[in-house]
Amino acid sequence: MSQLLQHLINGLASGTIYALVALGYTMVYGVLKLINFAHGDVMMVGVYMGYATAFALGREAQRSLWGVVIIFAVAMGGCALLGFLIERFAYRPLREKPRLTALITAIGISFALSYGFQLDIGFLPGASPRAFPEVIVPTEWFIIGDRDVVVWNWQVISFLIAVTLMVTLQFLVYRTRFGKAMRAVSWDHRTAALMGIPTDRIIALTFMLSSALAAGAGLLYAIKDTSVSPLMGLYVGLKAFVAAVIGGIGNVPGAVVGALLLGLVEEFVVGYAASTWRDAVAFGFLILVLLVKPGGLFGRVAAEKV
Amino acid sequence: MRRLAPMLLAALAVLAVACEKKTQPTGEGGGQPAAQVPAVAQGGGTPAGDDVIVLGEVGALTGGQATFGISSRNGIALALKEANAAGGVKGKKLVVRVYDDQSKPEEAAQAVTRLITQDKVVLILGEVASSSSLAMAEKAQAAGVPMITPSSTNPTVTEKGDFIFRVCFIDPFQGFVMAKFARENLKLNKVAVLQDNKSAYSIGLTEVFRQKFAELGGKITVTESYSQGDTDYRAQLTAIKKTQPEGIYVPGYYSEVGVIARQARELGLKVPLMGGDGWDSEKLFELGGSAIDGSYFSNHYSPDNPDELVKKFIADYKADYNGAVPDALAALAYDAARVAIDALKRAPDTSGPALRDAIAQTKNFPGVAGVITLDAKRNAVKSAVVLKVADGKASYVTTIAP
Amino acid sequence: MATPGATTLPDDMAGPIPPALRGLLPVLLALPVLALAEWTLGASPFATYLLSVVGVNIILAVSLNIVNGMTGQFSIGHAGFMAVGAYIAGVTSLSLKEVALSFLPVAASDQVLFVVALLAGGVCAALCGFLVGLPSLRLRGDYLAIVTLGFGEIIRVFVQNTEAFGRALGLSGIPQYSSVAMVYFWVFLVVLVARRIAGSSHGRSLWAIREDEVAAEAMGVDTTGYKVRAFVISSFFAGIAGGLFAHFVPIINPGSFTFVKSMEIVVMVVLGGLGSTTGAIVAAIFLTLLPEGLRSVFGYLGAEGSLAQKVDQIRMPVYGVLLVVLMLARPQGLFGTKELWDVLPRWLPRKKKGLS
Repeated sequence: MSQLLQHLINGLASGTIYALVALGYTMVYGVLKLINFAHGDVMMVGVYMGYATAFALGREAQRSLWGVVIIFAVAMGGCALLGFLIERFAYRPLREKPRLTALITAIGISFALSYGFQLDIGFLPGASPRAFPEVIVPTEWFIIGDRDVVVWNWQVISFLIAVTLMVTLQFLVYRTRFGKAMRAVSWDHRTAALMGIPTDRIIALTFMLSSALAAGAGLLYAIKDTSVSPLMGLYVGLKAFVAAVIGGIGNVPGAVVGALLLGLVEEFVVGYAASTWRDAVAFGFLILVLLVKPGGLFGRVAAEKV
Repeated sequence: MRRLAPMLLAALAVLAVACEKKTQPTGEGGGQPAAQVPAVAQGGGTPAGDDVIVLGEVGALTGGQATFGISSRNGIALALKEANAAGGVKGKKLVVRVYDDQSKPEEAAQAVTRLITQDKVVLILGEVASSSSLAMAEKAQAAGVPMITPSSTNPTVTEKGDFIFRVCFIDPFQGFVMAKFARENLKLNKVAVLQDNKSAYSIGLTEVFRQKFAELGGKITVTESYSQGDTDYRAQLTAIKKTQPEGIYVPGYYSEVGVIARQARELGLKVPLMGGDGWDSEKLFELGGSAIDGSYFSNHYSPDNPDELVKKFIADYKADYNGAVPDALAALAYDAARVAIDALKRAPDTSGPALRDAIAQTKNFPGVAGVITLDAKRNAVKSAVVLKVADGKASYVTTIAP
Repeated sequence: MATPGATTLPDDMAGPIPPALRGLLPVLLALPVLALAEWTLGASPFATYLLSVVGVNIILAVSLNIVNGMTGQFSIGHAGFMAVGAYIAGVTSLSLKEVALSFLPVAASDQVLFVVALLAGGVCAALCGFLVGLPSLRLRGDYLAIVTLGFGEIIRVFVQNTEAFGRALGLSGIPQYSSVAMVYFWVFLVVLVARRIAGSSHGRSLWAIREDEVAAEAMGVDTTGYKVRAFVISSFFAGIAGGLFAHFVPIINPGSFTFVKSMEIVVMVVLGGLGSTTGAIVAAIFLTLLPEGLRSVFGYLGAEGSLAQKVDQIRMPVYGVLLVVLMLARPQGLFGTKELWDVLPRWLPRKKKGLS
């Protein structure tokens, strides 16, 4: 029983982080119909920004509330800028070109970032993983039984941060003018432009938002698993992407549900079946979902017409 | 499409005919493996520049195993620097061509072919990952260029031929060391295993450990797996915790083990962790923090070793690489390069067979990672030490001889 | 290379040769050229190796182009099919290693067994292609892409957990039967098939599906059937490419068939121009030689010393940046949907004469 509870906690913890990353994929897909393969790597860059900031702050300051806020602000702001630059220079010139073209530039950027960060030249961090500083000093909050289940403060805090970010996003998308414009662009960006919506600006903002979200997710991930490495974006990005598709890519609540499901499925496969088959089961689950519901759990099946 | 069908049919017919024939005459052609006779060494002629001897190195400088490849590269560079400072070999300077294989065997094969054909290297150093070394070994053996792998522990690597050597011990020995230590020194009865399913090294150690530990009367409660690059091991650890082991054998690399230790402690698993030489790095203590304290791992040498050679190596390495402390891979690569240099000095010339014979004669060579004597199977025979981790350093516990 | 020139032959030729033979004619023409190439290159292992890699990548790119370019489906799991072919062919060769055909000299019998192994790999890959193609009944666009991606990953995990396939270490000791002639024979074959498809009514149906699936269906094109067939042909050749790959590296390991490998193939296809067979070939040659070329360039720049050791790492980031630059400079790919010979003579006088 306690084991089940522990697995549930673990699964939800990774699920919420997948969700934050998946939201980025889903938003960009929503407005551009582009699978942004560089998303995971943008996340990785964000984590390194946070890492550098934490070091600049020093051991004491990084653990204060303000320290944590600064770390998140720098990483999210930095990534928003990076997202803007990528959109402006790598995707926007290809807006009216076949969709695959932009996909290739996304892959190019992904390669440049993930391999670039493996270099040990200049300020680049090098290939080996590094310990992410404990910006939230770990303390045990709940203990069930004879340490059968332990809940740590940072688990709860991370969860709260993740939920706050998601609620904020939901509010942004469904309750603000910007969100309305974004949904209009997603629905039909040519018509949206005719209605006076500055589509270029909306798309740029969406990119910045999703990149900032990725940075936040990446930091939570680094806090959870206490390490940061140049290839983390690749692994997390792929899983989050799968999660977004399970939920129905382009659908905001779908991404969250898909991510939580994926996190739990992975956890329980490892916990109760065979750990060697985790990735196969994750992808098998995806294929199964798509066979039953071709548009993902919440996606609308696009009845493509001429 | 219409034309495709008859073509396919024709192909099928040919196939059927071939199949039929092949089954009967096994006796005649059997036992004749394809021409794998090592070609006559073409590397005999000295390379273009007359005042230098070119060595080749293939390593994973990018990709999943980049961190190990870079350590190895640093170790080799240091060894060459020292040799050159001491006047080089036969009055010539040594240089090394380093190629990146992106942690992929096919890239390693390509790089090694380039080294042999284009750069005309006299000797090849590398790789860390056994699968890449296997790919390289085939090519090096066929071309008759000697190759020394610093840290590929899979037994099959040196079985590729008489030009392939290694300066580390092999998987079976290391797995045996830890099984023996866990059973006889730590007196553990129930041990769980957490292996890296992406690494042949980890799988190799796991197999031997499980077998030996059971032979010595212990019980393996469960074997769980992770993949290199993962950062969340809580699911596996929770499953391990259920079986209430007295210790966990984690034969992986430090890049993952540090995080595993933290998460094990976080889940309330307080039993000692055990591992192999993949643990040996300063990074282990950085990644694992206090969680890794009280764990044991087998290694080639102990940093406590008062030996001058070891001390000098660590100091020089730190001076050259921004204060980084060398890990086992750097030490082994340094040894491999020095064995190579030593052989170059002893060999009458730099042709492949001459170098091969010189390397094969290596005896009681004082390496940083233990004294190296190559046996008939071209493997280093060394004893292993077991180290205990405490307070951010590893200290000597015992030595286990082969 | 002999291939592109030779393939133009069957296209518009309605000569006196009987139709049944016409398909074989280019093959007969190509064989002596290949034999010559093999003979001249025999001395240099590096050239042989590099040419083999280039050849395998051409096969992969051209075969993927049948699905991605001509049919407009989006497959990003091509490395999975390649893995199936590589492993099946590898296992077959390993188990037949000691076997020889009595009536043939050893070298010839090895080649026959090699072809058997290749075909086994190709057929298994084709079977997998059929299985993956089936969901295209229901899935469209990006969702199909995800299924192919998932398939690729599942294959990788499967191999990693199967003792017979050598698990993480991979299969080693596969006999090195492969030769440049053999690789380019298959290159030739895949190009031939691709060109024949493009020019046939089959190909027109694929183009129709690519341009507008709904309209194609309304016009009576059996979209599912064509899509599945495209998948099967494409994965057959991916399997062959994998088999060839396994016989010259000669070790295969799950790390060689990851998602990244699939993406590299997609990049070749898109860079060459979706639907352009020669484009795929040129892009495959270019992208395979690019890292080696960078290696040479860097070698000259930083000859020896500390720089040279760092320099090899820079290749991959530079490769990434180059991809972005290339796509920005020529978004439709090198050739768009045209072929080499459509582009070359007209490049200067009339730049654009679009197809759509």
